[in-house]
Amino acid sequence: MREGMFRNLSGCAISGIISKSGKRFSGQRIIDSITVMHERSNGLGGGFAAYGIYPEYKDYYAFHMFYDNRTAKKECEEFLEEHFDIINLSKIPTRKIREITDEPLIWRYFVTPLPTKLAESQLDEREFVARCVFRINTCIDGAYVFSSGKNMGVFKAVGFPEDVGYFYRLDEYEGYCFTAHGRYPTNTPGWWGGAHPFALLDYSVVHNGEISSYDANRRAIEMYGYKCTLLTDTEVITYIIDYLHRKNKLTFNEICSVMAAPFWSTIESKPQEEREELEFLRYTFASQLINGPFSIIVGFEGGMMALNDRLKLRSMVVGEKDDMVYVASEEAAIRVIQNDLDKVWSPKGGEGVIVTVEKGKI
Amino acid sequence: MAIDYIYPDYEIVRNYDRCINCRVCERQCANEAHEYIESSNKMVSDDSKCVNCHRCVSLCPTRALKIVKSDHTFKTNANWEGKSIKEIYKQAESGGVLLSSMGNPENYPVYFDKILINASQVTNPSIDPLREPMETRVYLGAKPSKIERDENSRIKRNLPPHVMLSMPVMFSAMSYGSLSYNAHESLARASAELGILYNTGEGGLHENLYKYGKNTIVQVASGRFGVHKKYLSSAAAIEIKMGQGAKPGIGGHLPGKKIVGDISRTRMIPEGTDAISPAPHHDIYSIEDLRQLVYSLKEATRYTKPVIVKIAAVHNVSAIASGIARSGADIIAIDGFRGGTGAAPTRIRDHVGIPIELALASVDKRLRDEGIRDNVSIVVGGSIRSSADIVKAIALGADCVYIGTAALIALGCHLCRSCHSGKCNWGIATQREDLVKRLNPNIGYKRLVNLMTAWQHEIMEMMGGMGINSIESLKGNRLMLRGVGLNEKELEILGIKHAGE
Repeated sequence: MREGMFRNLSGCAISGIISKSGKRFSGQRIIDSITVMHERSNGLGGGFAAYGIYPEYKDYYAFHMFYDNRTAKKECEEFLEEHFDIINLSKIPTRKIREITDEPLIWRYFVTPLPTKLAESQLDEREFVARCVFRINTCIDGAYVFSSGKNMGVFKAVGFPEDVGYFYRLDEYEGYCFTAHGRYPTNTPGWWGGAHPFALLDYSVVHNGEISSYDANRRAIEMYGYKCTLLTDTEVITYIIDYLHRKNKLTFNEICSVMAAPFWSTIESKPQEEREELEFLRYTFASQLINGPFSIIVGFEGGMMALNDRLKLRSMVVGEKDDMVYVASEEAAIRVIQNDLDKVWSPKGGEGVIVTVEKGKI
Repeated sequence: MAIDYIYPDYEIVRNYDRCINCRVCERQCANEAHEYIESSNKMVSDDSKCVNCHRCVSLCPTRALKIVKSDHTFKTNANWEGKSIKEIYKQAESGGVLLSSMGNPENYPVYFDKILINASQVTNPSIDPLREPMETRVYLGAKPSKIERDENSRIKRNLPPHVMLSMPVMFSAMSYGSLSYNAHESLARASAELGILYNTGEGGLHENLYKYGKNTIVQVASGRFGVHKKYLSSAAAIEIKMGQGAKPGIGGHLPGKKIVGDISRTRMIPEGTDAISPAPHHDIYSIEDLRQLVYSLKEATRYTKPVIVKIAAVHNVSAIASGIARSGADIIAIDGFRGGTGAAPTRIRDHVGIPIELALASVDKRLRDEGIRDNVSIVVGGSIRSSADIVKAIALGADCVYIGTAALIALGCHLCRSCHSGKCNWGIATQREDLVKRLNPNIGYKRLVNLMTAWQHEIMEMMGGMGINSIESLKGNRLMLRGVGLNEKELEILGIKHAGE
């Protein structure tokens, strides 16, 4: 059975690294970090999101694709040609290793919307791209866009995360931010698309937890035109972030106050200005409150956000050293790549940690 | 005439070994079913007058009384049951419409009883409401349609009119007139203490109860009884009653004998006149007319109060609700076919309308499919019998529920379904002064508070079990529900999976 045909509950490990000064570093570091948490995964899913890795194509959307077969590829490429100017296309380079098997066809396209098509759609560019992604993922059988942002990319597979990193030659990429995910699903996913991170445009999410509000969140977000095809928490969380940030223009701080809203009793204890704002957000975005255990790391263009559920039912640690910020499910996963930390702490439930790269440094 | 003789459905059984002839039963029965026979120094009973309200049973100091279902029977017939035969006798004699009270008692499926609730195991912890915060607060009203910011890029807090409730329950519309003053006072005071709302129904608002305005929904029904500027302005919300679950398609009836004193003044109609609400609102023959009434009420209250439109659950309820959601209403209340009433034609009560569970599921889905679910909140009633029904209703997609019958039961109602007689022995559905004073509002309001507090605890326990600590995460969370013994079509309409899936 494929992901999306049933709801696959998972436990997980997550890790993220970002350079506030926009300095690029090798993907090997994130592999080293997630490797330490081997026990938190069970070999049924691993993946990475990498930001700042395509500087030479930074103005183009990088589509990473899984194809089940050549027919799907042909059909999808026809669709892409019809809607986009394809600047470059190639197979994503991989290493053949024993641990990773059953790989689909894995392709990468750097694209930009055709101006005529874009104008015709009466949509802004990012909405146009997002809709094309939904179209491919829901209408073209056997084709799946798993990464669609600019100057970033997702790499994922069924396997342990360290093997997945090696398979995708992540050590050969350099970026200013990386996130990683090791998955412990309760059921066997037969399909690579179900691994994490999940991404839409430049938003990517790695998530550890099982949210109890899933169907409330899913049914609410689907009303705004999103289609939850994988039935995973990560998918719906990504759409919520896209909805709040891109469509409603909320700041990431405000997004934290929506997704892990403070309790009413806490809100009431705040000074008037802040109280009214929190009330407004909770009232307006009640269906975007995420309930149940989660720790997430969200990657976006120029930054990274880490957030725990409001009861902090999942572990998550943050460490800082100079311009580098590290987030992981376990402190050991930070210490292994940077033992000499200026500061290390566990953020409280609902307390977002938002790190952005200094302006003009990417 | 012997042909019309109907043997009583229930029999009063008196244990003469226990009866001490104290005559409490005689004094308590407004139907005069008990009588003391001086000559034989013995209490006797007339079963034909008994409505099975348990007043005498409850007050008998020696437990000498009980009421049993009569075993008197017609010849067994799977088609012509005793009930049908008796109703024909009655109508052949009277030439009239059969009247009944309270909700539909017939044996239709109760979908709430075929739905089960989830709980967390292993992969996700349950939450203990005794140790962790558990939030049941809800807001009812439209959501802002877009986020606007001021020059300092702060969000403008332009929330549409709304109401806040401490838990997702309100007391549904029951008019002063159909209910006694003491019943109304109990509901109003309980709402104030609980931080929820009660609903005046279509009988206006007694002047003593204006002080509970911020816990009051005032109703505007087709008869417009008791509607004036102050009435509208005093309330937290205004409800337009288009229909009622117990009697879709017809208006309310309050017989002239109940229109006395304060009731006549509150309704603004002369004493002794029948208060017959028209079946439709005569200024609303279509959806665009409804929009005008919604905005008239908003204009009258300067756009400060949410407007509720209440409809009965009928066959095309989702299309109707969709129209209402585009007509300026902030809240839609849907009343299922089991909803109660003080009086309704029996045939309508028992045969018109659809179950609330199906109506709710289909309305919630339709509004989402059309992208207008945020325009309105959904409140459902008819009939919610327990905290489990509430949890199921919220998970199906409701924001809040209305309870009517359950509240009356808390006040002492024993569901004898004889409200239309006006002789309620429990002081609830009557205007007879000696009966009304049997309901002490100091006790009545406390019992309502107790019931709601107990239900709130139970809701929290069930939410905690699911790993949910805020009621908004339960709303529309249909994965938390499973059906048992339902067919594919029923599951499809309810939007839930079968148990085991």
